[in-house]
Amino acid sequence: MATSSPTRKSLWHRLSTFFYLRPGLTLAAMLAAPLLWLGVVYVGSLFALLLQSFFRLDDFTGQVVRRFTLYTYSQLFTAANIDIMIRTSGMAAAVTLACALVAFPVAYYMARHAEGRAKAALYLAVLLPLWSSYLVRVYAWKLILAKEGIVSWFISQLRLDWALDRILQLPVIGGPSLSVSMLGMWLVFVYVWLPYMILPIQAALERVPQSLIDASGDLGARPAETFRKVILPLAFPGVVAGSIFTFSLTLGDFIIPGTIGNSSYFLGQAVLSHQGTAGNVPMAAALTAVPMVIMAVYLIIAKKLGAFEAL
Amino acid sequence: MAGGGSFAPPALCRKPREAAISHSPSAIVTHSSSSPAPAVSFVNVSRHFGEVKAVDGVSLDINDGEFFSLLGPSGSGKTTCLRLVAGFEQPTAGSIQLHGEEVANLPPYERDVNTVFQDYALFPHMTVGENVAYGLMIKKVPKPERDKRLGEMLELVRLPGLAGRRPSQLSGGQRQRVALARALINHPRVLLLDEPLGALDLKLRQQMQIELKAIQRQVRITFVFVTHDQEEALTMSDRLAVFNLGKIEQIGSPAEVYEHPATAFVAGFVGVSNLIRGEIAQAITGSAQTFSIRPEKIQLRDLGQPVSGDEYSVEGRIRDVIYLGMHTRYLVELSGGSDLTVVEQNLRTTSMDVLAARGRAVRLVWQKAHVRPVGN
Amino acid sequence: MTNTSRKPPALIIATVGALLFLHVPLAIILLYSFTTDDRTYTFPLPGLTLRWFPTAWARADLWQALWLSVKVAGVATAIALTLGSLIALAIYRSKFFGREAISFLVILPIALPGIVTGIALRSALSLLDLNFSYWTIVVGHATFCVVTVYNNVIARLRRTSASQIEASMDLGANSFQTFRYIVLPAIATALLAGGMLAFALSFDEVIVTTFTAGQQATLPIWIFSQLVRPRDRPVTNVVAVFVIAITAIPILLAHRLTSKDA
Repeated sequence: MATSSPTRKSLWHRLSTFFYLRPGLTLAAMLAAPLLWLGVVYVGSLFALLLQSFFRLDDFTGQVVRRFTLYTYSQLFTAANIDIMIRTSGMAAAVTLACALVAFPVAYYMARHAEGRAKAALYLAVLLPLWSSYLVRVYAWKLILAKEGIVSWFISQLRLDWALDRILQLPVIGGPSLSVSMLGMWLVFVYVWLPYMILPIQAALERVPQSLIDASGDLGARPAETFRKVILPLAFPGVVAGSIFTFSLTLGDFIIPGTIGNSSYFLGQAVLSHQGTAGNVPMAAALTAVPMVIMAVYLIIAKKLGAFEAL
Repeated sequence: MAGGGSFAPPALCRKPREAAISHSPSAIVTHSSSSPAPAVSFVNVSRHFGEVKAVDGVSLDINDGEFFSLLGPSGSGKTTCLRLVAGFEQPTAGSIQLHGEEVANLPPYERDVNTVFQDYALFPHMTVGENVAYGLMIKKVPKPERDKRLGEMLELVRLPGLAGRRPSQLSGGQRQRVALARALINHPRVLLLDEPLGALDLKLRQQMQIELKAIQRQVRITFVFVTHDQEEALTMSDRLAVFNLGKIEQIGSPAEVYEHPATAFVAGFVGVSNLIRGEIAQAITGSAQTFSIRPEKIQLRDLGQPVSGDEYSVEGRIRDVIYLGMHTRYLVELSGGSDLTVVEQNLRTTSMDVLAARGRAVRLVWQKAHVRPVGN
Repeated sequence: MTNTSRKPPALIIATVGALLFLHVPLAIILLYSFTTDDRTYTFPLPGLTLRWFPTAWARADLWQALWLSVKVAGVATAIALTLGSLIALAIYRSKFFGREAISFLVILPIALPGIVTGIALRSALSLLDLNFSYWTIVVGHATFCVVTVYNNVIARLRRTSASQIEASMDLGANSFQTFRYIVLPAIATALLAGGMLAFALSFDEVIVTTFTAGQQATLPIWIFSQLVRPRDRPVTNVVAVFVIAITAIPILLAHRLTSKDA
């Protein structure tokens, strides 16, 4: 303090004073490294991706021609690619719907019925799968859905083999076994992304004040009416918030289609194969624009529906 | 509570300055003995946050050893002024001096002032002892000396034996004392208190008011006390400054500010005042100049009773009576339509008597000397 | 908030069902790690054995992959701790223009599908003609790990009264002393939690790694190759159990450390 003579002040002390009196400079010093990393390296990479999508692959030499062209984008809309987009978006929508249906009761129970330790345990039971090994969780289903695996065994014990066979014979969703069918893939997607749906819905439901529900009952609404007219609309932003995750994660995934699916491609796989085996980075980059555009549209709608307050 | 001085160890009385100068004697002695510079001096200080003028051209001198209050409603700039003294804010314009030394370019840790925060700002991961001795630890005061002063400080704030506790284990009043001890242990030349009693309940608050005052008399440090509670400011201060909208409305002793409010704002904010303006003022005093009259200075008389030459009077009708135990508040409607508040002690009256007064026509009488003309 | 008096049985069944759905598959992996069957996923298991554990233990390629994963996760976590806490502290201590943009920037790497981050880094590398290496993996991982540290630290800081920092400076401590004695102890457990989550996230990451790893195999890359073309089923089962355990521990610890922040 004032009692210590200036000559005795340490370098740190003088440095501290220098920065204290220059808040703008301090802020700049603190943010320099993070901004260099996220702003230059990461955002720079995103721009590199955008840039690559305006290059093209020379079909004869197999080399990337670094000259501006829209050729790669024009190649995006081949029948095969459109097929992939529809298949992926359809799967994302189906997964999102199923996640919402399965997640809602859990979230509702957590928010409105569980208390104290039970609530904490439930929360952890949902959180743990969200953070823990995604890859291993996918792998688990490879075991479970295998033709010789546990699901088949269970169904045969129940003498329901005929029903499973009938379902697997259906076009589009069927396949030789659950582990190589769209149905199986859908199941695994729902399993893997479910926690991402439960938590936002729970958060939204937690915010519905009990007084509102009491008020509704007080005004003569039956519980079912209260649920439909009060709770559901207030929980809806949570559902939308969760759907952002389930939809976006499904759009970009290539592990699950590569593991559980049949040979029909999903967006993520197409990106991977273009940049990998085909060496067509421009095409891969242009394909990446597809989920980003879909998500941008989705986010704009979600914002309109008030989903960001529930995140 | 009796004998505010009795709970302090004698070693502490009148000795803070010697302790403070032990590091570099020359610096402080010259200030305090040869220069009569005020402890805190603001010259035309402004602090703007974008468009908001939190402090707007404030000039102010606080004398050494004074108990000085900054009084005002929330958002009036009083807390910003305190933060300017502490060094948490830098002035947009103007000069701030502590004991004659310009402090504009000094960070808080180089200013010889300490602060008691509104939320106490105790460090939750440290014990009470570690909290109080924090300033000494930073200054690398040797451990035995630190422990000695810690003991004295805890005695002073009447928390002996609590050094090992965590702040979370203390009551609100105890935390408040720890915050006080943590600031005082450094023997600052100015102690800043930012609404320190705001979070306490009424009883505890009144007790702490007396204690704070006693401690201040003992340690003889300049106290700068921010409060929005006019009663607290009147009770505790040697002088006070009334803030409104970033500016000072009036500086003076409690009696001066109460008896001679300089502006209508001060008259209204410090205590309760009846402001009488325009035609009614004209009818009473013969001049349209707005004036204030305190409710306790007004007497209620029956209509027929005489009025002497050094008194003003006006007739009205008692519109409402609020019985408050120790005294009664009357709302009297004047013939012009406006209300006057009158407070009378319940010396002889009972609640039955006073409540029966509702609706009665009365004559209000007060000494001419009690009328204060105020600016508009 | 809660209504314990009436719990509709259908609700309880749906909740229990969903939780079983979330957790039973992991138990099944554990079960399979003891199977004697090394060619298929036959159920019921033909027999039980412990022999795959020593088999996995003896695999040099696994140890290599594990060591690479640990090295990547360790360094990525260290970078994330530094960058994440710097951003959190900067955003906490001042209201500046562009705060929102920065918090958006932090979340972006996990908000975008992993494949976007992966391919973006990949195309930057190819544009700059850089080779894949250990460091390209680290850069990718650190980028999406920053957010976990940031989230934990900012949540803790928001619970810490700003006047503590002012009090420390008021009592004579300069910025560095204040950081050491006040800020660091306040955010220590949040840093630990954020760091552990970052470690778990990195240790498990496969999508971005696919694009930035070149020929090197982290443990998740090794598992992924087994998923596509199963060659060592029993060993994969053992590795899966190991990964579940090694990621669950930091997550549980991190949850414990920050449960009051929520």
